[in-house]
Amino acid sequence: MSVQEITFVIIAVIGGVSAVRMVTSRNVVHAALYLVVTLAMVGAVYLVVAAEFLAWVQVLIYVGAIVVLLLFSLMLTKAPIGRDTLDNQQRGLAALVGMGVLAGLAFLIQDSFGGSKPITLHQATTEQVGVTLFRGFVWPFEVVSVLLLAALVGAVVIARKDDPAGSRRGPDRRAPLRRGSEATRR
Amino acid sequence: MIVLGFFLTAPMGIGYMEHKVLAHMQHRLGPMEAGGFHGWAQLVADGVKFIQKEDIIPKAADSWVFTLAPAVVMVPYIAIFAVIPFGRTLWAENLDIGIFYVLAITAISVIGILMAGWASANKFSLIGALRAAAQLIAYELPLILASVAVVMQAGTLSLVGISEAQHHYWYIFTQPVGFFIFIVASLAELTRPPFDMPIADSEIIFGAYTEYTGLKFAFFLLAEYGGIVAFSAIASVLFLGGYQGIPVIGHLIPGFFWMSGKVGALAFFIIWLRATYPRLREDQLQRFAWVALIPLALADIMVTGVVKVLVK
Repeated sequence: MSVQEITFVIIAVIGGVSAVRMVTSRNVVHAALYLVVTLAMVGAVYLVVAAEFLAWVQVLIYVGAIVVLLLFSLMLTKAPIGRDTLDNQQRGLAALVGMGVLAGLAFLIQDSFGGSKPITLHQATTEQVGVTLFRGFVWPFEVVSVLLLAALVGAVVIARKDDPAGSRRGPDRRAPLRRGSEATRR
Repeated sequence: MIVLGFFLTAPMGIGYMEHKVLAHMQHRLGPMEAGGFHGWAQLVADGVKFIQKEDIIPKAADSWVFTLAPAVVMVPYIAIFAVIPFGRTLWAENLDIGIFYVLAITAISVIGILMAGWASANKFSLIGALRAAAQLIAYELPLILASVAVVMQAGTLSLVGISEAQHHYWYIFTQPVGFFIFIVASLAELTRPPFDMPIADSEIIFGAYTEYTGLKFAFFLLAEYGGIVAFSAIASVLFLGGYQGIPVIGHLIPGFFWMSGKVGALAFFIIWLRATYPRLREDQLQRFAWVALIPLALADIMVTGVVKVLVK
């Protein structure tokens, strides 16, 4: 086994164990922290296959933004503080879905790459990634950005408080709250 | 090794500087006793004191997460020092994607703060951690967008490459708006005054770090001062030419001293702001990031792009 393969095995074991711990731990915050380790290990796999840019994108987006938002919303809502636990009763179903996904992925990967020869790696510089992205894939790139923009606008629409739909729902606690905040603003 | 050594000494220098600069700005003397000459050994004494303190883990705390949190906050800042160039050949690693790596790595320390706040099992800690997370996410965007404009002008992501690209003029002259955004966003990322809402001592004691004592608390302080050095160093590289000296006399002094001087000057500026401005309120702080800084940074990128195409 080459150094690369040994590193991959170590990373895969750490990532796999934390992925299992993530779904089995009873504490939601612990689960989110195991998710951090798993996602970081995915980034490490990218590093092993010399996709440096992708690896740090993984860290920035998943570890730095998505998990932080996840933790943030957990703590803002119902994360138990300290050693308390929170659990649900969906184990059987979850195991079934997990196994199904695993089987499907294993079959797909085996089907696509099973017989082929090992691919020789070459370090992809950021320049090459940029050139490929903006020469060969510029249309898909722009389509994705429009999609993201739509999601952004959707999020703003959902999050807006002073929509006319709010008044149709009849009197609620919002009205005095708003007056109060206006008063403090003055 | 040198990087680690630098990380362990430079923050102490900044810590001492903060003691003295703040003191003199408030018409005090600051530490005068430790070590003899103007209390130069105050930070060493502080370190010894931290080691002697009892290491308390609250009974209700989640001890594993509680213990890991200081390391998660500190390690990213050590990792940043690996790519910062202190001279034309004086760097540990010249990554092809330098600045991107730095921005990605700093995002990790937010998790450490959230871990600290949650594991402490204390409402003040939790509020502090949530404030910190909201603030760090909000100000990460202008920080990244301000760096993007510089990267566009330099045409490279490598920190050594960006320094080299400023051979003729520093980017502070072409990107003054970017520099302003970057410094403000770094202050917020470091949760330094006037953006110290997450550790607002008059409201929530000391935010996420309330329950920490001894060495673990010292780790957080080290991370804060290490963060000042790191962000000052990145701002120097992006906007002040890094190790490039000023014309004419620039070659007489080695790049290392230019870089250290710029880092020191920016760190002084950051401490100066602490003595100058009162704390922003939470809603003002968020509004400033989303309504003022991010649109400004986006406009900056657009102008940079247009100018770059026109000049070409």
